[in-house]
Amino acid sequence: MKPFDFVQPRSARDAVAQWGPDAAYLGGGTNLVDLMKTGALQPARVIDVTRLPGLDRIEVAADGAVRIGALVRNADLARDADFAVRAPMVAEALLAGASGQLRNAATLGGNLMQHTRCPYFMEPDAACNRRAPGTGCDAIGGAWDNAAILGHAPSCIATNPSDLCVPLAALDAVVEVEGPDGARDIALEELHRLPGDAPERETTLAPGELIVALRLPAEAAAFAGHARYLKVRERTSYAFALVSAAAAMRLEGGRIAEARLALGAVAAKPWRARTAEKMLAGQPPGPDLFARAAEAALAGAAPAEGNGWKIDLARRTAARALAAAAAGTPERMPALPASPFSLSEDLSHA
Amino acid sequence: MPDTLTRFGSNSGQPTTRRDGIAKVTGQATFAADNHPEGMLHAVYVPAGIARGRVAHLEVEAARAHPGVTHVITPGNRPDLPGDPDAKPTRFSFRIEVLQDDTVRYAGQPIALVLAETLEAATEGARLLAPRYEAEPPRTGLDDNAPFAVEEPGFGAPGDTVHGDPEAGHAAAATSIDATYDTPPQYHNAMESHAVVAQWDGDRLTLDTPSQALAMSCAAYAHLFGIEAADITLRSPYLGGGFGSKAIPNGPMVLAILAAREAGRPVKLSLTRRQMFGPVGHRGATRQRLRLGCDADGRLTVIDHETLAATSTFETFLESASNASQGLYASSAIRSAHQGVRLDVGTPGPMRAPGEASGSAALECAMDELAQAAGIDPLEFRLRNYAETEPGTGKPYSSKALRECYARGAEAFGWADRPARPGTMRSTDGKLVGWGMGTAFFPSPMFAAEARATLRADGSATLETGGADMGQGAWTALAQIAADGIGLPLDRVELRSGLSTLPDGGVAGGSGHTATAGGALHSAGGDVVRQLSELASGQPDSPLFGAGNATFEARGGRLQIAGDDGRGDAFADILARAGLSELTGSGSASRPDADSRDYAMNSHGAVFAEVAVDPDLGQIRVRRLVGAFAAGRIVNPRLAESQLMGGMIWGLSFALHEAAVHDPRSGRILNADLAEYRVPVNADVQGLEVITVEEDDPHVNALGIKGVGEIGITGTVGAIANAVWHATGTRVRRFPIGLADLLAAE
Ligand SMILES: Cc1cc2nc3c(=O)[nH]c(=O)nc-3n(C[C@H](O)[C@H](O)[C@H](O)COP(=O)(O)OP(=O)(O)OC[C@H]3O[C@@H](n4cnc5c(N)ncnc54)[C@H](O)[C@@H]3O)c2cc1C
Repeated sequence: MKPFDFVQPRSARDAVAQWGPDAAYLGGGTNLVDLMKTGALQPARVIDVTRLPGLDRIEVAADGAVRIGALVRNADLARDADFAVRAPMVAEALLAGASGQLRNAATLGGNLMQHTRCPYFMEPDAACNRRAPGTGCDAIGGAWDNAAILGHAPSCIATNPSDLCVPLAALDAVVEVEGPDGARDIALEELHRLPGDAPERETTLAPGELIVALRLPAEAAAFAGHARYLKVRERTSYAFALVSAAAAMRLEGGRIAEARLALGAVAAKPWRARTAEKMLAGQPPGPDLFARAAEAALAGAAPAEGNGWKIDLARRTAARALAAAAAGTPERMPALPASPFSLSEDLSHA
Repeated sequence: MPDTLTRFGSNSGQPTTRRDGIAKVTGQATFAADNHPEGMLHAVYVPAGIARGRVAHLEVEAARAHPGVTHVITPGNRPDLPGDPDAKPTRFSFRIEVLQDDTVRYAGQPIALVLAETLEAATEGARLLAPRYEAEPPRTGLDDNAPFAVEEPGFGAPGDTVHGDPEAGHAAAATSIDATYDTPPQYHNAMESHAVVAQWDGDRLTLDTPSQALAMSCAAYAHLFGIEAADITLRSPYLGGGFGSKAIPNGPMVLAILAAREAGRPVKLSLTRRQMFGPVGHRGATRQRLRLGCDADGRLTVIDHETLAATSTFETFLESASNASQGLYASSAIRSAHQGVRLDVGTPGPMRAPGEASGSAALECAMDELAQAAGIDPLEFRLRNYAETEPGTGKPYSSKALRECYARGAEAFGWADRPARPGTMRSTDGKLVGWGMGTAFFPSPMFAAEARATLRADGSATLETGGADMGQGAWTALAQIAADGIGLPLDRVELRSGLSTLPDGGVAGGSGHTATAGGALHSAGGDVVRQLSELASGQPDSPLFGAGNATFEARGGRLQIAGDDGRGDAFADILARAGLSELTGSGSASRPDADSRDYAMNSHGAVFAEVAVDPDLGQIRVRRLVGAFAAGRIVNPRLAESQLMGGMIWGLSFALHEAAVHDPRSGRILNADLAEYRVPVNADVQGLEVITVEEDDPHVNALGIKGVGEIGITGTVGAIANAVWHATGTRVRRFPIGLADLLAAE
């Protein structure tokens, strides 16, 4: 790999100060280092942020909001009992991601900022507007059929692969950043960008901005009783989603008082389905309603590269996730990662 | 001279745990890439980024200028190779890619090699070469080039075989099917990537490199480097998996050895995971058309199996899939035929059950389709077409307990309760459930091997052969056989193996290694026992004195008269009386031609699968896999079960997961890593059950051993595909079967 500077700042301010045009922040390195090895990313300076103090905590504020430091490891967050009680579908999504080893290494900040798994992005010799602006998109006319079905553009058909971001988008999480121009908050839903004609701008972070924490508002806990993450993929674990859905609702008097729905692996950002949420509000839960809401969630979907099956799959996944949420969050996390097989225990062959 | 019994003693048949297990889990086992000789350079090669065309430019100066880089080897300055890399020095060899010219024949082909003082410097040097290409459109799919006729699809595999009259068979059929199945390119991906540490001392060469065929590899290297095979020491104590990909020398290894000679320093090359997709073999894609017919009683009138299979533009090896239809089911006519397609891919090679795996996948699906069309239960259908003698040739089987495999597998699985109609079974959580089965079938070849045995005065022994432990457990199973051969307890026997300076242990392939290397070790031990018998019967002080006409057997370090436990003599005493500090014997094993001529020799099995499919989302999960196998004598049930399980999991992988995907523009493999080249994870493997049905086979070899390494894949792929059909009513004829196939079918 290309030689690079390596620095280990001891404060967030220092980290930001070390930033330069060809720099990259390093969390657990499970994504960045892989891309450096293939040569897809070639930062001249790597700023290891894992020594920054105070960013490895999970704190619950007086009002019930949860603040998670950017360095909290995925595994630690998923296994934090207090957190899982407040946001079970976030824990479920985390445990559906990657493998135990990777979750031990991966940081919250790195997970939010992980790059697309489009193979043309990851292959330095391929044309990719996202990695090398203006070179074109080899994914179009290529052989990757797990591309976007929503919000894609002729410039780029990549998806955001994070499981974690899907329930976070549904729960109105907020990202806290520090940058050259000071600190600010960004709604998680606004963190990732659709490609439009500037796919190289993957997120709305300004150059040098560092994620320091994530806030889950107190209201999130109100959904804890009816919240599920459903991930569909060919193998049971250690695979990115073909499609995923985070569904949550508050039930009052047999009706849905408020619902949340977001889809994963369908677009360059976690896809919050607000129209569907509105359709659900005030209605008694049921399969027809969920089917209509799922239909609405996929409105405007268009296949990229022959992956029309994903539209159908996304619709069905959304409907199933809603049904699972309505059925209630299980007392204990299923033994196997989120999948159609973990939604309900099968007793026929114990 | 007294007779000695060829017998299994108390060691074989035991579920002995791996003798190398502790070394492996404590990191003491030295794999090739763990070696770091003094003064070693690191080699990194540049893999071609296109699949077809030529390398127009390399930034050689930039690479050379990088600190730490010592050599940049390109087609322009590649040192001479005394032997022709385009020639085939042995029967099992391929043209070797060693920078002959600037032509690119497949993505991932080595196009330059950099040596440096550190791995990082070599890696960066290779990157700095920044190749520019003149590219031509790659051909990576079976439709991308015109088919050609093949004579020998795989090593020694016949291209076309016809028994009976297929046209008459088609005409006579009351029920027929005509179905085409596609299998994708698959890559071995042994956990240990290919690696070599090469050291030259004048014309003497020492290699640390994993090898499934030590002597054969040395012969190939000797040819290429113009030296004597005897001047090569190849050390291969452990392989982190081979699966056929480590039997034949390949370009990257040869380049590294050549570079070491050029540099005058030891050189290490260890492939990255991505580099495992290209120059070190794979299972080529196939398209198989099966036309099967049966009469009103469900008896096959014809099996007509045509395969179109991919190979590289410069070799001929391909999946001899159609041959899977020879030798298994009785049919009045059987035709198997192959055509090849030349693609811009690395040369395919033997990959665990080469030909049989792909062929069985298609054949077992086709049998299921015909059974269904004829309205006969799939198991009953197979029983109706049970071959009592080898179809076509009429040869007797050396042994064949397939009927018992069917019975025991079906019983354990509960097959009798299977509803005939698809889509009728549900789990309590609403999943579609389906049951399918397939027959497992794999030939039992033998290679030739030699061995040496040395018995010492203290009654311990060393047995030696250049065998290969690929993780299958040769260190243990061969030692068990060796101990029996010389009549000692296992802990008195040291096995030396994995070294080319030992007697030739043959090829660890074709599931024939235990029989072959084991046979040689057993015979070497037997040679020592024979000498002991001669000595003892002539020693007046021996209890065996004068018993020259009796039959002796060796057991627990003692020589005894067979059937008379009371009369015997300790090895150590016999040696002491003779004043010998040690006694050496030699042995060999191979199959007499007459036996191959007179008998059909195969392992058999029956695999039953249960799958669950989500009715809306199409996600498939295998819930149970039961395999019953008859593979001659089982030397170590623990290891054999593990091999059979591994094969069945491989079959699951074939059915539902594995496929390399080529980018149509560049021809590169898009998923050349273990995140995206999918194999099952632990959670995908549930309810696995292996049953071994013992067979007493007097013909297959002196020890009655068949093989267990590959057969588990066969049968399993079809069983799972058939279960998916039974669950959903959708017949998917393209592997791997995925949820998109089931969604599309609705
Ligand atoms: C084989 C494999 C399978 C996987 N499967 C899944 C899966 O199923 N689901 C899933 O969701 N994920 C999966 N992942 C991705 C994994 O979750 C991410 O690699 C991981 O979360 C990234 O975290 P990290 O700390 O290692 O990030 P790094 O690799 O350190 O960084 C990733 C990116 O984030 C930037 N970055 C890091 N920290 C910050 C910060 N504080 N502020 C701003 N930018 C920052 C880096 O510059 C880099 O661009 C998989 C990864 C692998 C390798």
